[in-house]
Amino acid sequence: MTSFMKRINNEQDLNNLREEIKKRLQGKAITIAVCNGTGCQAYGCDKVTRAFIDEITKQELDLEIKPTGCHGFCQSGPITVIQPEGIFYQRIKPEDVGEIVSETIVKNRIIERLLYEDPMTHEKIIHEKEVPFYRKQMRLIFGNNGFINPRSIEDYIAIGGYSGVSKVLKEMEPEEVIEEIKDSGLRGRGGAGFLTGVKWEICHKAEGTPKYLICNCDEGDPGAYMDRSLLEGNPHSVIEGMLIGAYAIGAQKGFIYVRHEYPLAVKNASYAISQAREYGLLGENILGSSFSFDLEITRGAGAFVSGEETALMASIEGRKGEPWPRPPYPAQKGLWGRPTNINNVETWANVPFIINRGAKYYSAIGTDGSKGTKIFSLVGKINNTGLVEVPMGITLRELVYEIGGGIPKGKAFKAIQTGGPSGGCIPKELLDLPVDYESLTKAGSMMGSGGMIVMDEDTCMVDLAHYFLNFTQGESCGKCVPCRIGTRHILAILEKIKRGGGESGDIPKLERLSETVKKASLCGLGQTAPNPVLTTLRYFRHEYEAHIKEKKCPALACKDLISYFIIPEKCVGCMLCLKNCPAGAVSGELKKLHIIDDHICIRCGVCLEVCPDKVNAVVKVSPKKQATYQATKAPSH
Amino acid sequence: MENLNSILAKYGWGKMALIPILQDLQEEYGWLSEELLDEVAQRLRVSSSEIFSMVTFYKSFRLKPVGKYLITVCLGTACHVRGAPDVLDEIKRRSGIKDGETTKDNLFTLETVNCVGACALGPIVIVNDEYHGLMSKVKVEKLIDQLYEKNQ
Repeated sequence: MTSFMKRINNEQDLNNLREEIKKRLQGKAITIAVCNGTGCQAYGCDKVTRAFIDEITKQELDLEIKPTGCHGFCQSGPITVIQPEGIFYQRIKPEDVGEIVSETIVKNRIIERLLYEDPMTHEKIIHEKEVPFYRKQMRLIFGNNGFINPRSIEDYIAIGGYSGVSKVLKEMEPEEVIEEIKDSGLRGRGGAGFLTGVKWEICHKAEGTPKYLICNCDEGDPGAYMDRSLLEGNPHSVIEGMLIGAYAIGAQKGFIYVRHEYPLAVKNASYAISQAREYGLLGENILGSSFSFDLEITRGAGAFVSGEETALMASIEGRKGEPWPRPPYPAQKGLWGRPTNINNVETWANVPFIINRGAKYYSAIGTDGSKGTKIFSLVGKINNTGLVEVPMGITLRELVYEIGGGIPKGKAFKAIQTGGPSGGCIPKELLDLPVDYESLTKAGSMMGSGGMIVMDEDTCMVDLAHYFLNFTQGESCGKCVPCRIGTRHILAILEKIKRGGGESGDIPKLERLSETVKKASLCGLGQTAPNPVLTTLRYFRHEYEAHIKEKKCPALACKDLISYFIIPEKCVGCMLCLKNCPAGAVSGELKKLHIIDDHICIRCGVCLEVCPDKVNAVVKVSPKKQATYQATKAPSH
Repeated sequence: MENLNSILAKYGWGKMALIPILQDLQEEYGWLSEELLDEVAQRLRVSSSEIFSMVTFYKSFRLKPVGKYLITVCLGTACHVRGAPDVLDEIKRRSGIKDGETTKDNLFTLETVNCVGACALGPIVIVNDEYHGLMSKVKVEKLIDQLYEKNQ
């Protein structure tokens, strides 16, 4: 690919360049887009990409192999889409590549076995957009990932990139840009949902120079990876969003703060910044105007609390990432005491779209209070794991069943957890809840950055609350007492309940403690840490009561409250469990009934895992007492 | 200590760049020894206690050397509901070490992380840079056995 290292000095230059690139790309009739997001890399997509390049070189074909960012459908990785037709091949191995090129590219034949099969209808689906996972989505922001190589600024320019910043520099006053963003109704995608335009306005009006911008990519919520995939897959859209914001606010310098676990995002964003500088889209006198702005990457060092805005700024300044009390807000006194505006990756990526399509178009999407689309990571006990972009207001049921394809292995849906460690669990009774900021908050949870973890009947809600508290307690920076000590006590009570030591006063104690920690903590981490406890108590109180009163874990998950048991009628005496038991707890002989000694059993569950599906003799039972009773009865059989 | 000088120079000997300096040093040496940190403190003219508070606050800094195989277990929520705690228990049992520890023969170091964002493959175990998806207790056994075999 030829590269035009030439500076773009005005709108005309940009348009000419776009036409030139388009003409060049049209010369290649077929593009093979190979997903190279972190998810697909875990499946080994780099080998697939290399195999494609080798194959077309061997066959001397003139087509483009495009390593792209994440396409979203991680369940089916590695993914390849053949454009312009949009043929969707999934779970590709390097061995399949030769056949794809010889059959599909050269002879225009579809390879059935690589197609996606609808699990409901068993119909094979050829085109990407007809796959049920994609059909109900509205991929305004995330969809471009599939069409561009994140390492190519030209790809981004070809799809209309940088026309938003060109438009504001030529036609709009900073105040008009702020009005446009306000009118669009865009709210912060990082969690709290503050109106972006209003945030910009406060910083725009604040006194003091220089002013700073920050892009928060310290995506710490476990199970959420949409910000990473956007920054990895379409870094220029984030840069362009920041450029527009910088012009509106009057900022000269920006930082993209990236979590240290995201090396590919750091690489792609750094590369994009240097490309944008070469083209004169970052630096002095951008597009020939008097506006100058530059960007820098800061790598996080592994502290969840650093995602909190004041802590994040401390970290950029080279200190420990501990929060400080607000006010003063960052818009007044932020980085090095100067006015600073912080938005998260997805918020920034929405900005060019709003400027290009207009606030009116954008605000027609979504609900009254929540406009536009939102990207969620749909993960956990769900058939179609992946990143989905949907209009605000879609119901949880549509997300879980129509896009997510329901729960694996025919299990029952139990709850969906949104908002990360600050959020809560929503039960199946609320599956028709529209997904927007207000509805989720009313249900006791929150939008958060967009993690949606689906849970089935096997998930214990006490264990889940314990999981999140263990997380927040570990991540508490220790600066304020309510968070440092309060979370520790909540965790200790949950631990006790999980182990079967729960007492009758524990639930009210949990509630009192939770309210105190919420009210008295310094920053968002502590203020929201008790939410997983409070929502599980609200919707799944009976599970807590079962643990406390009956010493029973209804989901059969808490190890101290369960026993493994071999159903005598089903055991065929194959000796698999006996051979694999690491504790020597199983006794029996070939073709005779096996028995687990509950006192020796360490509850690792290997016996259940190795017992053949056809036999299915090993079960978990709770409470323990019952199991020992049955086990002692069993030998007479 | 030649590398130390060039890394410090890259950031203009600035105290403000302490985090990226320490990150680069860790990339260079694999871990941060007490002597190295003292040296950094002296050259940047900051107190050792300040540097130690920094490296113990942020989780990505290692204060001990890593074994030949770094086993990373993802404990993200999606991995958790899919059985990551059992997988972790099994690794602990097979290797005889806890989270954050290294085996005496320096073969394994075990660590846990909050999410690697490859949730479709959960539960995930990463050995050095290699991903092992959809892990189960039986698969852990095979994985550890393979690693032992390779090193006999």
